[in-house]
Amino acid sequence: MTTSPYEHHEYDVLIIGAGGAGLRAAIEAKQRGLSVGIVTKSLLGKAHTVMAEGGMAAAMGNVSSEDNWRVHFRDTMRGGKMLNNYRMAELHAKESPDRVRELEQWGALFDRTKDGRILQRDFGGHRYARLAHVGDRTGLELIRTLQQKVVSMGTDVYMECKVLQLVHDESGRVAGAVAYWRPTGEFVTFAAKSVVLASGGVGKSWKFTSNSWESTGDGHAMALWAGAELIDMECIQFHPTGMVWPLSVRGLLVTEGVRGDGGVLRNSDGERFMFNYVADMFRAETAESEEEGDRWYEDHNAGRRPPELLPRDEVARAINTEVKAGRGSPHGGVYLDIGTRRSAEYIRRRLPSMYHQFMELAGVDITREAMEIGPTCHYIMGGVKVDADTAATKVAGLYAAGEVAGGMHGANRLGGNSLSDLVVFGRRAGMAASDYVEGGSGPSGFDWGEVESAVSRALAPFENENGENPYDIQRDLQEMMQANVGIIRTGDEIEFAINELETFTERVKNISVKGGRAYNPGWNLATDLPSMLTVSKCTSRGARERKESRGGHTREDFPKASAEYGTFNLAHTIAGGAWDGEITTERSPLLTMPDELKALLEEGK
Amino acid sequence: MAEVTMRVWRGDASGGDFENYTVTQNEGEVVLDVIHRIQATEAPDLACRWNCKAGKCGSCAAEINGKPRLMCMTRMDDLPEGTVTVTPMKTFPIIRDLVTDVSFNFAMAERVPALLPPPMPEDGYRMFQEDVERGQEFRKCIECFMCQDVCHVIRDHEENKQYYAGPRFFIRYAELEMHPLDQNDRREYVREEMGLGYCNITKCCTEVCPEHIKITDNAIIPLKERVVDAHYDPVAWLGRKIGRRTKRTAAEAGVQPAP
Repeated sequence: MTTSPYEHHEYDVLIIGAGGAGLRAAIEAKQRGLSVGIVTKSLLGKAHTVMAEGGMAAAMGNVSSEDNWRVHFRDTMRGGKMLNNYRMAELHAKESPDRVRELEQWGALFDRTKDGRILQRDFGGHRYARLAHVGDRTGLELIRTLQQKVVSMGTDVYMECKVLQLVHDESGRVAGAVAYWRPTGEFVTFAAKSVVLASGGVGKSWKFTSNSWESTGDGHAMALWAGAELIDMECIQFHPTGMVWPLSVRGLLVTEGVRGDGGVLRNSDGERFMFNYVADMFRAETAESEEEGDRWYEDHNAGRRPPELLPRDEVARAINTEVKAGRGSPHGGVYLDIGTRRSAEYIRRRLPSMYHQFMELAGVDITREAMEIGPTCHYIMGGVKVDADTAATKVAGLYAAGEVAGGMHGANRLGGNSLSDLVVFGRRAGMAASDYVEGGSGPSGFDWGEVESAVSRALAPFENENGENPYDIQRDLQEMMQANVGIIRTGDEIEFAINELETFTERVKNISVKGGRAYNPGWNLATDLPSMLTVSKCTSRGARERKESRGGHTREDFPKASAEYGTFNLAHTIAGGAWDGEITTERSPLLTMPDELKALLEEGK
Repeated sequence: MAEVTMRVWRGDASGGDFENYTVTQNEGEVVLDVIHRIQATEAPDLACRWNCKAGKCGSCAAEINGKPRLMCMTRMDDLPEGTVTVTPMKTFPIIRDLVTDVSFNFAMAERVPALLPPPMPEDGYRMFQEDVERGQEFRKCIECFMCQDVCHVIRDHEENKQYYAGPRFFIRYAELEMHPLDQNDRREYVREEMGLGYCNITKCCTEVCPEHIKITDNAIIPLKERVVDAHYDPVAWLGRKIGRRTKRTAAEAGVQPAP
């Protein structure tokens, strides 16, 4: 191996991303006695996982003894509008209870039932109370538990270190990555026998988003450039309840737990409008009247679930329609009311961070006043195509888990299925990446040419004198994507976006950066923009090709789901691996589900 | 819209100075919004650390008009009229501008002896809400490190950092000490190695905690009491004197991975 001109490290398993999936993968590989390095753009413990509020879904049956993996599987598939990789949904439903319980061995303290077991709460799309939780800060509990476990195992963590690109060997196997330290701007290379991508989502390409600056789709883009396939990129979840006011916090998440704990949606006429938006698929299990829905909160056998707890795509579309029809709130949302339905003491105990968030940022006391909320870009169902059992991608030695992986959630994710996804598939990715290393099929070299091209591309904005400010490009991109590839889409607008994205590509090549390399956020953003563009292109292309409405993809010009389109994913590849290379989009048939699983989907229809 | 003058510290480990920026301020904005506006316009290289912008990740701690605050949770219209001064946290070395090197905290985290639970029964552990609640309060911590920043044991005494874990880790030790499943004993360790005795309970940490954790009353004081009980217990004292120990201490066990 050539000597690196940069700081260089070698590991058995390199993990990119330190959220729930990355940390869980690291634990697995460490337990096997392998050397593990974790690289994260932020500090340890700050990953997007901390933003998860409501809980993690696992059919433990602690609250509803009728619950089991089969019902969870069914709910996940129906919520995903059947576009899911059924095997992922199956594994997830079967394994998530064990993954929740093991967190307790590592120190997690979930809320309890009266008899001392883990308490579970109701959530949209889940037939039974299924979400293990800690108040409304479950994600923080998950990340802190995994972080403390990883630290106690003595794992190397590279914080504030941004990976630019994956590196191959000469035969095309993954061989590591090239990155830079944000505090110094110095480059660093990692040679690894296998790589787990756990880099999270893409939401920062939209204007109103619950996602942080980190969610720029680095892992999605990196995988595509490295030769992997991305699927379902058109399926973006707009969470129904984001804050809409003040403008500066527009998009900030309001947990679905508010509705799970009794909150209801009203329009400007005070009407609980969700009763008007119950799709046929969910009619049999949804309450017909307010009285019935309210009875269900008291006793789940005394009525059916209120329509506020339909899957997120259904609720987000309904809110959008109400606002468009002129029945919105003053700032363009609708009302989420829990203050008139539950006691102040109950609200403060069950939803403490929501209480503080509204009190401190909006000056609204949610125990007395309704919240103004509207849809916000929250999650991408699409991602790297993986094998369900091993999280393996098409590229030898490269694994993907968590939000960066596609398939598990189909066209729409149920709330609470993300945290459990992270630990179920984080563990599986860690296992398979370790098997690969132990099997001796690691890379046979390290392509320094790829390193050099990534480095020179990253440095180009410093040499460009009169180019554009990266912040201007980011802002324009967010506005363009929000306007044209947002929650409701039409063919013309998507086509416009696809053309615009070519212009953005040219603009990104003409960025100028001021200042030095040490902790320079302008430069950091410049290195994120190629990823943001790559994922935006895939989302737009998928949206153009999917001429139907399904889950997190709604076409005004094709408002219904089509049976034909329900048989395949749209898969994107890039030939040659250049970041601005030509993307190919093809139909990729869904896996065929075994009959015994198909039968589960029919139950209780 | 109103305009506001922001006096922001710019520089690195070698030194720096304040720079003034006059920017627009819109209704409902927080300090971080205004810092972002400076970045997006006049100073794209202005370094500040942030992630969630929702008070959940604790990344954006800085000193606003001299007080440690989360920039994302401090509304501009709650600050007194006039120039707003923003400086990095004082207790930690500067990386650049508003970003400090908080690695002291991660080093302290590595020294925490892990939870040591009994083997898990097949259907999971049983714990009761009233027993987990004490620990849950401490687990609300978002690791903004403002309690560390404001703690005068280390704020003005760099040399104390090697002997002193600080409030963030005292709540961590208290949490483990009160954890219904834990079988590790860290009391001697937290006294001898982590400097619990240096804390003289001035409650500065409690005052700045954005999660309103009662650090001093609910964590540090009970922890001090337990440590005193262990250290001055005559049987334990005799045990130490004659070199016979009945209970494994965390210091001996080192950093214990959980099963």
